[in-house]
Amino acid sequence: MLENKANPTINKSTGLPRKRFYRARAHSNPLSDSHFPIPLSPSHVDYSLHYPQLFPSSDQINGSKIQFADIGCGFGGLLISLSTLFPETLMIGMELRDKVTEYVKERISRLRVANPGQYQNISVVRTNSMKYIPNYFEKGQLSKMFFLFPDPHFKEKNHRRRVISPHLLHEYAYVLQVGGIIYTITDVEELGEWMKSCLENHPMFEALSLEELEADPAVKLLSTATEEGQKVARNGGQTFQAVYRRIVPAS
Amino acid sequence: MEDPPIEECEHDDVNKTEQDTQMEESKQNNKDVEVAPALIAVHPTQNSVAVSVGSDLRVFNVPEDCAVTLVDESGGASHNDSIRAIKYGANGKLFVSAGDDKLVKVWSTESWRCISTVYSEKRVSALAVSNDGLHVCFADKFGVVWVVDLPGVDGSEAPLNRKAVPLLGHYCSIITSLEFSPDGRFIVSADRDFKIRVTVFPKKPLDGAHEIQSFCLGHKEFVSCLAFICTPDYLQGILVSGSGDSTVRMWDVISGSLLDTCEVGAKAEQLKFDTSEANCSTVTDICTIPDCTLIAVAIQSLQGIMLLSCNLPSETLSVVKVVSIVGENFIPTSLGSSISGGLLWMVTGASKLSGSDHSSLSRVKVISGFRKSSPDSLEQEPVVLGDCEIPGGAKLLEKLQGSISIDEKVFSAAAEAVKTAMCNLLIKKQYSVEKRECRKRTRNDKKMR
Repeated sequence: MLENKANPTINKSTGLPRKRFYRARAHSNPLSDSHFPIPLSPSHVDYSLHYPQLFPSSDQINGSKIQFADIGCGFGGLLISLSTLFPETLMIGMELRDKVTEYVKERISRLRVANPGQYQNISVVRTNSMKYIPNYFEKGQLSKMFFLFPDPHFKEKNHRRRVISPHLLHEYAYVLQVGGIIYTITDVEELGEWMKSCLENHPMFEALSLEELEADPAVKLLSTATEEGQKVARNGGQTFQAVYRRIVPAS
Repeated sequence: MEDPPIEECEHDDVNKTEQDTQMEESKQNNKDVEVAPALIAVHPTQNSVAVSVGSDLRVFNVPEDCAVTLVDESGGASHNDSIRAIKYGANGKLFVSAGDDKLVKVWSTESWRCISTVYSEKRVSALAVSNDGLHVCFADKFGVVWVVDLPGVDGSEAPLNRKAVPLLGHYCSIITSLEFSPDGRFIVSADRDFKIRVTVFPKKPLDGAHEIQSFCLGHKEFVSCLAFICTPDYLQGILVSGSGDSTVRMWDVISGSLLDTCEVGAKAEQLKFDTSEANCSTVTDICTIPDCTLIAVAIQSLQGIMLLSCNLPSETLSVVKVVSIVGENFIPTSLGSSISGGLLWMVTGASKLSGSDHSSLSRVKVISGFRKSSPDSLEQEPVVLGDCEIPGGAKLLEKLQGSISIDEKVFSAAAEAVKTAMCNLLIKKQYSVEKRECRKRTRNDKKMR
């Protein structure tokens, strides 16, 4: 275990890692062939690695599976808020950037130490969610998927790198259970329109009604729980959200 | 302006020589990636046999014992660049070919006229025809599967040039194989990122295929080929796949579950006397032999084919026999079989190799004797037919091969080139940390002309 005094990467007063030492560029190329371990199939995901208290050994005796996924979780703000809101649910964050993933791992680990019994249901993994989501989740496994402030990839030639796109929605529809919900939010208007139109035009998603949005506790977290969201609020920016439910297509 | 980034790398002598050799290697590799293996396809009733080598498409009409002249008036020349996929479809009424020239050509097998030319944005890597012959699907190296419809083409209308629309996508991954399930419900696509995806083929394919049925995950390297076994008891078909991880695996497409794995690479290794080449047991092609649950497997280092038996009640795969080709250097690059013929057709060859005088040559061989009396044994031994014993004989060989007898050395060189090309294309390059940093510095983000 690292000593707080000796290790400057940990904030002395809060005991949490300092972001300064986990600096990374905001953009990461999802097309590049990075080399990180990928589970062979969803049954190969090591739950004891991610949730050691709930899964003491590698054999999954406990039947529960991950139900929430935060795609591009960044510095982990949403996961941490969701953890106490849904303490019985297993959640995972997926992040492409190496240093940022390390930061989140450190943060979760210290929160677990400081709050015994809490934060045992969240974890993070470094992976390219655009390529490998089927490796992590079985068909219909997830009940919620979050895409908070994704990279806008402004140039038209880079639109194919966007995390919400018509083809990728097929995969997200595959891992989401019927009735599962996909949450998206951005501060870039063009991207907000794009995501909304992709979801609107996809036969396997339908928009949530205003009443449903009001009633959903996760919706309120979209603009407030993450560092990016807080930054947008500080700058008085506008946010554009699109929240849709996975349905059985009318054939 | 900062110094040219390359100077930083050159300070370190070790890196410099490493970088130089790797740059030369990558130039050579780029040329080798262009080498395309010879492909073979057989009409379902063995009415014709087609071989493609480079940009050359050669067809022989077996019952009429004559070479076929292809008629192509649509768009442009037959094919301008290496053909990467050929297939018969719709019970033999249609034949499709496509490749590096970004053209997908649909031919009528009665008139052998090109009835449709479809333009692809990228080089085509895989093809499939729907069972009812109404749709042709093709895939490119960027992971998109496109679909084009061919309503009521019977070969007599003027050539149509229809526009393809995207059907589905594997995010940024080379698609190596496309197959329709025997009952037409699903389209299966395999990619270089070890994945096999089973998608429901919709009633209106032009609107896109939204519903993924399952993913067949388990391969540890790129998936190179797919085939369906269809028997009266299992009409939806059992999927088999071959991969760079030297295995052939059997899957249930409905659930995506892995039924059995056969370590064909390990079995092939046992047969070799010299173990100098360790990593060349990629499965290059698989072909089901109809009327029996046998699968023929072509492996990169094997001179011949390996026969696997698929035991359906127990859902297992096992090696039945290795059929070796003796007397000549022959590593098949492609396999084909017809539903009624009972023969396995094989071809080896490659498109024009750089630095070689030989024009596109291929060698065709046939294996017969697959009739099974019982599920686990063969009535007679499969035997490699001599040149005069194959249907069509010398005339067929002359047409499909380009010549009757060919220097053996050509085929060893071809086999090596094809192996290198496949590796470079499909296996992810591993760079050391220094090399990766160096590549990042020299990376040019500007659009290349």
